[in-house]
Amino acid sequence: MSKAYLRKNFHEARWDEPMIYELSTPGTRGILIPEVEDEIVAAVGDVAASLPKNVRRKAPLLLPEVDQKHVLAHYIHLTQETMGSNISNDLSEGTCTMKYNPRLSEAMALNNNFAELHPEQDVETVQGILEIFYKFEHIMKEISGMDKFSFQPGGGNHAVYCAASVMRAYHASRKDSKRDTIITTIFSHPCDAAAPCTAGYNVITIYPDERGVPDIEAFKKAVEETGDHLAGIFMTNPEDIGIYNPNIDRFADLVHSVGGLCYYDQANANAFLGVVRAREAGFDMCHFNVHKTFGTPHGGEGPANGAFGCREFLTKFMPKPTVEFDGEKYYLDFDRPESFGKVREYIGTAGVILRAYSWVMMHGAEGIKECAEISVLNNNYLEKLLLSIKGCGEAFLGNGITRQEQCRYSWEELYKDTGVGTDNINKRINDYGIPWYWASHHPWVIPQPMTLEPCETYSKCDLEEYYETLKQVADEAYTNPEIVLSAPHNSAAHDLANSADLDDPTKWAITWRAFLKKHGDKYVKVK
Amino acid sequence: MSGEHNIVYPYIPNSVPEIKKAMLDELGMESVENIYKEIPDRLRFKGEMNIPAPILSEARLQRHVEKILSKNKNCKENISFLGGGTWNHYVPAVCDTIGGRDEILTSYVGEAFSDHGKFQILFESESMLGDLTGFDVCNTPTYDWANAIAITSRMAARTTGRKEILVSEATGPQRKLINKNYCKPDITVVEIKFDFNNMRLDLDDLRSKISEKTACVYFENPSYLGFIETQGEEIVKIAHEKGALVAIGVDPTSLGVLEAPGDYGADYAVGELQPLGIHMSYGGGLGGFIACRDEEKFVAEYPSLLFGVLPTIKEGEYGFGQVAFERTSYGSREKGKDFIGTCAALHGMIAAVYLALTGPQGMIDLGKGIMQRVAYAKAELTKLDGIRVYEGYNFKEFVVNFDSSGKSVKEVNKVLLKRNIFGGLDLTKDFPTLGESALYAITEMISKEDIDALVKALKEI
Repeated sequence: MSKAYLRKNFHEARWDEPMIYELSTPGTRGILIPEVEDEIVAAVGDVAASLPKNVRRKAPLLLPEVDQKHVLAHYIHLTQETMGSNISNDLSEGTCTMKYNPRLSEAMALNNNFAELHPEQDVETVQGILEIFYKFEHIMKEISGMDKFSFQPGGGNHAVYCAASVMRAYHASRKDSKRDTIITTIFSHPCDAAAPCTAGYNVITIYPDERGVPDIEAFKKAVEETGDHLAGIFMTNPEDIGIYNPNIDRFADLVHSVGGLCYYDQANANAFLGVVRAREAGFDMCHFNVHKTFGTPHGGEGPANGAFGCREFLTKFMPKPTVEFDGEKYYLDFDRPESFGKVREYIGTAGVILRAYSWVMMHGAEGIKECAEISVLNNNYLEKLLLSIKGCGEAFLGNGITRQEQCRYSWEELYKDTGVGTDNINKRINDYGIPWYWASHHPWVIPQPMTLEPCETYSKCDLEEYYETLKQVADEAYTNPEIVLSAPHNSAAHDLANSADLDDPTKWAITWRAFLKKHGDKYVKVK
Repeated sequence: MSGEHNIVYPYIPNSVPEIKKAMLDELGMESVENIYKEIPDRLRFKGEMNIPAPILSEARLQRHVEKILSKNKNCKENISFLGGGTWNHYVPAVCDTIGGRDEILTSYVGEAFSDHGKFQILFESESMLGDLTGFDVCNTPTYDWANAIAITSRMAARTTGRKEILVSEATGPQRKLINKNYCKPDITVVEIKFDFNNMRLDLDDLRSKISEKTACVYFENPSYLGFIETQGEEIVKIAHEKGALVAIGVDPTSLGVLEAPGDYGADYAVGELQPLGIHMSYGGGLGGFIACRDEEKFVAEYPSLLFGVLPTIKEGEYGFGQVAFERTSYGSREKGKDFIGTCAALHGMIAAVYLALTGPQGMIDLGKGIMQRVAYAKAELTKLDGIRVYEGYNFKEFVVNFDSSGKSVKEVNKVLLKRNIFGGLDLTKDFPTLGESALYAITEMISKEDIDALVKALKEI
């Protein structure tokens, strides 16, 4: 069995890379555009030059001019200064399910019979990709117990927005116009509050009870007070602290008793594949973060997919078109008069669906359940190790509840003892080759938080390496806090000189041209 | 555990039975049921998931998936004239190389000290889109062009305190639908008529509809139908006189030759990233951008992440961070601006690589070449009986009408398909005013030979 290894001499790539603009040499070319045939030029002349003057571009285009080798090198340098999950021990990003993303999927996504498909092609010519959408929908129905899925939403938050749109259409169809409020919980993702709010709903947020479970008494009270103004609930389970809510079906019953709908944000579904489903919990709708749970790359924040599912009585309100099969051919059904409309062009981020389908097909029902089981095992193993570190605690420590797929730890004790907080630790672990970890969504209800999700991708050795690293950093906090407080030392870059400038309109610079306007060449690398 | 069949999964290192047992022993557990005990029995799923049997080896799995994909016909082996929101442009190999690098492909929400490279690439992407559109601010990508419009509508409503958006009739139909849904709670969307005789916005209709209630006027240039709007400055003037803002939708590949929206008075430019080095992938290649003026009243209303550059504590080093983070829903939940989450960052990074490769001359050549090919195709098609090509200044796309041929677009496209040609996008449902018309798109991937093949095929229909 391999053994954990603390990377004491780690250093992230640091290329001291200039901006692409600083690599510019006038007249240089990175790629040539296909030439227009002489016969065409002879026939039509310079068409752009004959446009009315007011529509022609007059300002010079200030893009950089760089040859191809140096464009390639520049961007490879920058990729090397990024710690993707496939190259690192990224159990760091709790709530994000940073799985291994198979290279095979990438190879298949570049197949011409996928990458070079236009979404408006005649359905006769896209039977293959529609088959994959249709079959993956079947898989999602089995996993969730829902009756129909749409893959149109471009991410989890977008699926929540889609659900709020369905909810709005459902209540409108019943002429139930009073329903203007939704309930969520504080440890659900911020989008469970923000997306319904964007869709026009007021938001009530429920906090946990003393054991860390959403407070059912507070919830009952909120439902009673909201009454027929309640449109529905949006919640995750387990919430981001890894505690399974055993009353989840009772929450659903309460909402249904006043005519509301229940939406299950299944961003944290990985550890429950084949174990529990939205249907048995009594929910009407749910979504899966396909990019998290089904092994597809996160892309540095997308492209992603929020698979939206619902029960039969809501399917007519779903976004259009849907993918259907008539027994012989797959087709797109646009004829859905009660659909609320669309949330994204076409039928979804097809690359994510292709990769996810492949991932599920490689595992089968038994394999995906194995993912779930190893995830909870990994998490409990890591938890036991980490709670043995002096200064490391946990949200609702000692409540007697076994954590599921992730834990929200707390460095409060360490902070009180040493003045070293979670932000400092987060930077210092990077000096040992561990990527930045997820502290918590805002607001930090748990002081000095750290949220880790060691899904099935991570080996026993990874878990032990993580423990060794955090132990090392915690020891440093007690013995040599300065080295932690001044971290990172070995990262791709250091801290900003003054991060408050990011909030100052006279100093922030969101483009290179703005940077030059506001700061001149004061900080420019290549002068 | 499920591992009783002792399958060791290559993507699950701890699926080795001995390792599992060692870990359970360490925890003093018999099985993972000691963990799942927290889930009440009534909630447990007791059935079997009806999922196909696994294909365990990569070799067999690849064969299985590629066999399904082989049922598709693609735009590389056929001639495609489809556009309308996704276009068949060349994807430089360098874009595939960078976009496929595990370091960024599998990154997520890391901070700038450890994911410095990702931040710099996205900052460069924002910067180059700013150069193209003539603005000092641009966001990290949203899902697609449609969502960029929708978000801009709500941003403009908040900036102006007004609740009405005017949108050109010649806007992409899916974009209209998505914008409408996004505005539904509290913003009224009113359509401005398009003058189908002159293929430009109907200014009289604009004047009759604009008022002190108007937050923003949105039009596309070129329009969804491919026509270049020649009245841009006038539209801006009419809007600004009423205190309304102006958002212009653009195809970024046009901006080597067409005026940048920021340079004729727009307050926002929005558009689609997919043409910038991203595969079409059956509509999966989308990513939207929103550029605007660098004024606090605009910037403060973005829901998107904005990456900014500043010096670090080490002299001569660039550092990055999130500009005005508290405005986002990550920072402030429902009190933030709309909502934010995972969108299409990788596509923004690939767009940066693409624009760095093409440089200014590449974008000029691209725009000029597309316009020449379009002019040639229009001229050749006009010669055919039964076909009418709508006149006007076109970029990349143009409208072909088959009314006098006695054939529907559907029929024409079926015949073309038999000759391995994907005919233009059928406009009959979305733009009935245009009769039996199709939207033809011509990119730099289309050669004279391809256009001649289309003309020959249509002649024979």
